[in-house]
Amino acid sequence: MAISFDKALGVHQYALEARVKRAEVLANNLANADTPGFKARDVDFQAMMQRAEQTVSGFGMTKTNEAHMDTTPVGSDSGLLYRTPYQPSVDGNTVDTQQEQARFMRNAMDYQASFQFLSSKFAGLTKAIKGD
Amino acid sequence: MSLGNIFDIAGSGMTAQSLRLNTTASNIANADTASSSTDTTYRARKPVFAAIQQSMLNPDTQGLGFSSSQGSGAGVRVEGVVESNAELQMRYQPDHPAANEDGYVFYPNVNVVEEMADMMSSSRSFQMNVDIMNTAKSMMQRILTLGQQ
Repeated sequence: MAISFDKALGVHQYALEARVKRAEVLANNLANADTPGFKARDVDFQAMMQRAEQTVSGFGMTKTNEAHMDTTPVGSDSGLLYRTPYQPSVDGNTVDTQQEQARFMRNAMDYQASFQFLSSKFAGLTKAIKGD
Repeated sequence: MSLGNIFDIAGSGMTAQSLRLNTTASNIANADTASSSTDTTYRARKPVFAAIQQSMLNPDTQGLGFSSSQGSGAGVRVEGVVESNAELQMRYQPDHPAANEDGYVFYPNVNVVEEMADMMSSSRSFQMNVDIMNTAKSMMQRILTLGQQ
């Protein structure tokens, strides 16, 4: 039986990629904390993971032809949503610095968790290959 | 992996905030620069920030679940520096060497209290961007250890 890396690593590689994407979005929010009219955004993590799980399970729909219809649900197709501000500001900026920073830090921690899972997957594979 | 983008984003934030700090320093330094006419008087300068959209950089970016039209954004840029339109301070100082024929001297429309608050705000924002860069760095360093025992 050949080892398929795609199957062996499970959902963790996609989780790690999603975490990086989220870190990027949150970093962008924080960089624009003083930009008038900027709307804070975040990724729909659940939708992203659902897509990743479909990819892993192989039951997801893929577009193999230009004429195929887009099957992703309306509104979440970009995976990027706008945040509802707790305290709207006069200049139209919806970035809550503390909230965003807390989310960024938490995302970094979750990234470490995903990384740990992925790392132990590799450790398991190495063990299986070496056989000792 | 697009962790490198975070460095660009945080870097753009730091550049923007340091420019803001620069204008603040210039405003405070010139807060008492007297002049004899309204044309030559220093006016408070303010940077105007705007978000950079990823689609502006490369239109065919396709990440995990992101359409190119709604990229995650690529940081902040300074669109320009504008001069404040607030009224200049006119003081009656006939003994001042720069006084005009009526004995008035014009002082800049710099609000020092506002500038100080701006200074604190920009220095905090700068720190925040440094924090983000540090976190991204440690995330990147972790990736390099992937698969090691």
